[in-house]
Amino acid sequence: MPKDGGIGASSKRREDVRFLTGVGNYTDDIDIHGQAHVFFLRSDVAHGTLNAVDTSAAEAMPGVVKVFTGADFEGVGSIPCGWQVTDKHGEVMQEPAHPVLAQGKVRHVGEPIAAVVAETLEQARDAAETINVDIAELPAVVDMKAALADGAPKVHDDLTSNLCYDWGFVEENKDAVNKAFEEAAHVTSLELVNNRLVANPMEPRVAVGDYSRGTDEHTLFTTSQNPHVIRLLMGAFVLGIPEHKLRVVAPDVGGGFGTKIFHYQEEAFVTFAAKACNRPVKWTSSRTEAFMSDAHGRDHVTKIELALDTDNNFTALRTDTHANMGAYLSTFAPSVPTWLHGTLMAGNYKTPLIYVNVKAVFTNTVPVDAYRGAGRPEATFQLERVVDKAARELGVDPIALRRQNFITEFPYATPVAVEYDTGDYHATMDKLEEMIDLSGFEARRKASEANGKLRGVGVNCYIEACGIAPSNLVGQLGARAGLYESATVRVNATGGLVVMTGSHSHGQGHETSFAQVVAEMIGIDENMVEIVHGDTSKVPMGMGTYGSRSIAVGGSAMVRATEKIINKAKKIASHLLEASESDIELKDGAFSVAGTDKSVAWGDVTLAAYVPHNYPLEDIEPGLEETAFYDPSNFTYPSGAYACEVEVDPDTGKVTIESFAAADDFGNIINPMIVTGQVHGGLAQGIGQALLENCAYDDNGQLLSGSYMDYAMPRADDLPMFDVDHSCQTPCTHNPLGVKGCGEAGAIGSPPAVVNAVVDALRSAGKDVTHIDMPLSPDRVWAAMQ
Amino acid sequence: MYNFDFEKPGTVADAVAALGADEAQALGGGQTLIPTLKQRLASPTVLVSLKGIAEMQGICAGDDGALCIGGATNHATVAAEGGAYPALAATAAHIGDPAVRNRGTIGGSLANNDPSACYPAAALGSGATIVTNTRQIAADDYFQGMFTTALEEGEIITEVRFPVPEKANYQKFVQPASRFALVGVFVAKYADGVRVAITGASNDGVFRWAEAEAALSANFAPDALDGLSLSGDDMISDLHGTGAYRAHLCGVMTKRAVAAAA
Repeated sequence: MPKDGGIGASSKRREDVRFLTGVGNYTDDIDIHGQAHVFFLRSDVAHGTLNAVDTSAAEAMPGVVKVFTGADFEGVGSIPCGWQVTDKHGEVMQEPAHPVLAQGKVRHVGEPIAAVVAETLEQARDAAETINVDIAELPAVVDMKAALADGAPKVHDDLTSNLCYDWGFVEENKDAVNKAFEEAAHVTSLELVNNRLVANPMEPRVAVGDYSRGTDEHTLFTTSQNPHVIRLLMGAFVLGIPEHKLRVVAPDVGGGFGTKIFHYQEEAFVTFAAKACNRPVKWTSSRTEAFMSDAHGRDHVTKIELALDTDNNFTALRTDTHANMGAYLSTFAPSVPTWLHGTLMAGNYKTPLIYVNVKAVFTNTVPVDAYRGAGRPEATFQLERVVDKAARELGVDPIALRRQNFITEFPYATPVAVEYDTGDYHATMDKLEEMIDLSGFEARRKASEANGKLRGVGVNCYIEACGIAPSNLVGQLGARAGLYESATVRVNATGGLVVMTGSHSHGQGHETSFAQVVAEMIGIDENMVEIVHGDTSKVPMGMGTYGSRSIAVGGSAMVRATEKIINKAKKIASHLLEASESDIELKDGAFSVAGTDKSVAWGDVTLAAYVPHNYPLEDIEPGLEETAFYDPSNFTYPSGAYACEVEVDPDTGKVTIESFAAADDFGNIINPMIVTGQVHGGLAQGIGQALLENCAYDDNGQLLSGSYMDYAMPRADDLPMFDVDHSCQTPCTHNPLGVKGCGEAGAIGSPPAVVNAVVDALRSAGKDVTHIDMPLSPDRVWAAMQ
Repeated sequence: MYNFDFEKPGTVADAVAALGADEAQALGGGQTLIPTLKQRLASPTVLVSLKGIAEMQGICAGDDGALCIGGATNHATVAAEGGAYPALAATAAHIGDPAVRNRGTIGGSLANNDPSACYPAAALGSGATIVTNTRQIAADDYFQGMFTTALEEGEIITEVRFPVPEKANYQKFVQPASRFALVGVFVAKYADGVRVAITGASNDGVFRWAEAEAALSANFAPDALDGLSLSGDDMISDLHGTGAYRAHLCGVMTKRAVAAAA
């Protein structure tokens, strides 16, 4: 019997009322009296020396308030990077300065050179066209291996090369890994590309800066997944504004997918310009600007090798990856190909020896950073592709080969520094096999062949690390931030609650699912709980939402704060009931004395807290408001098994997804409907990566896929009806809700299933195809068949 | 978008007069022009909308049995009311998305002559006549390369006349991002022969595939195309496909169009 409220209920998303009826409050909906608009003049060359920027004509144009160039920001800090990676020689990474507006050089198409603040956006744009920019174009570096060649043009003249770092993990295991390869009965190797993606949230980035001369207070409204992080980075490192004079608000945000984690120049600009112009200043990204200024995702080139013994046990894994950083280090960019990628290379398997080498490279392209999954999709893709290839080479069933090598005992310490707390990989694979009717596949293949089509099936597993992250651990790994989460629970006199969470919802439905948790704990109706997020003036210092961390870390903070509330409320109740506190029980929103019929309602207790006429004032303070900060002791490890069935048109190379099944283990689940929706969205993005999306540059660093005319987003008719199951549940052992997180799984687990399926289809027609690089667009699939 | 004046004349004569102004630009459904203006890639001084000209709207049957479509008729109308020429109505029904089909016009599409648009293939494949305010232009003379047509400055497409074939079909293989034709093939079988027009593929815009026409005129069957192929050397090669791939698709889509022709 499905519940109609609380944990485990598919409560309808309360936020959808405003999102779906046009009454949301997005950043672009914010217009402040007296506001001016900024237009950024962006570089149209990928690499060049900035000789001069003449703004004199622009300054005289109608409506212009002020024109800014890099020179205006000389006393201002660099856009900071939040993670410092140490390389395999013990040296810290090369870390270039990242100016708000270009200084001396431009390093990617889209880099802002000048900014015009005017009464209207059109006036700002008119004026920007009169700015005379003298750029001496330099040869661009786009290809990562070419960027590392001797004599390659340097993106940053003050760095020794285009190599950001050369990371080895685990360096101490390297010799043992190499030895295992020498002794292997079989080695499967594969070279592959993890294609560069553009996140493309429905809402483009927006930033509005405001400044009060009267109070010397700055406010930034911005499309952010983590307003406190922006406040810290921008206030402390860029503009030198103390946090108590800087408020950052991220109201309704229309999707982030990682690209709205990072601190961007435009945020610093509008905050700076609001004071310089003594006017609120607003910027709304056009879609064209988004393509060339939002941090991109993925962009790895990898060689992976898997060693097996004579019994087909995995004995060692070795990878060599080049990871594109783009022209500058975006906020968390260095962590993605290292700690979010190397630590997941064990996957679901008990491979005893693993060595991961990652060279991070600067190129004349838009910075690359975390995008839904961030490092974990790259790890999963290469691992699950090489396992599939190994099964083919050895002539064994790919599912059986996986099962044979599954980790089965937990906790399990991998050779790549993490310890999985729980999981049951056979259970999710069993569930998957139940869902996909493999026994009927040959008949379906024959039916496809009768129609002139090729049919293939692809299966893969995945593991990910969510609930980011233990602060002391990530501090050792180079994070320049703590990764706890915060919550304040404020109970009102009449019993309603407001929860102020440091997590940030930008489509995930926190306002619904978080309320379910608190309502369940107290035994009250969900509608008595309001969730507030996204405003540094309301919420305690929190770290925001990314890495599928919100319910695992933010939810845990909220549980801890609610526990404090309940403990205090029990004290009040024991006073009101004239009973011992230890005898007080909370059930269904009422406190009772164990073994008696004496009870007092939740609302009577909360009223007593604020109208303390009859109250234990000598023991406890009035009021009912508690804050908790929760720092996780480990990551969480969602896992699952996915299967994709495709048809390929051999005449055109067109791939059609016939079915897609996902069996996930997310631990305990708060709202099954929301979890299903998260998986659907992740699958759409993963399938988008596998079949459609490709952010491409030409050799001169010009963006070839700079609009939806050339960048293919997945649409409803590209996707099948998904078959999603999350009934396999091994609860997390180290957080109070036993939850693992579900936001990224679909995007992590789906690309290898699609590629495995297409390779299977082509091989069924006798084509000697072992791999096709994503996206598997018709032209690529057709070319692979020739 | 730069500033411009806007005029919406009610007659072809008034539109022609308005287009006589310096840097004037005709506006059909605006499905290409408006995005171009928004990107500041064009700066006409006056936009002359052709949407208000009643004599350029709608579909009728010509005395010779041709289907006559007013130049300002949108795609949705052709899809809904062009049943006398089913393959043409089906072509119109699959241009862009509903918003595009309710705004975009046949005259606008043919005047723009995008190398990946559908209507140029339909018009050339049908041997249509492009009627303007001053003359009648045979489709074979009208299309002169990518975004290039026989239209003179200020000349307006008032009507397009499609001879109705015995059988016809349009097969579009879409570019995954834009969903324009990566290759689109329009095949039409008339009493005096078969026409095959291909859009999306060539650097020279829409073109007729003479060898295929000859083979199909002799034997209107997919097999008749066996052994025929086009060279990819002069075909568009981009992110979505090489010239060789497009050349290959020309063959595949032509066969499919023949097989599906009705």
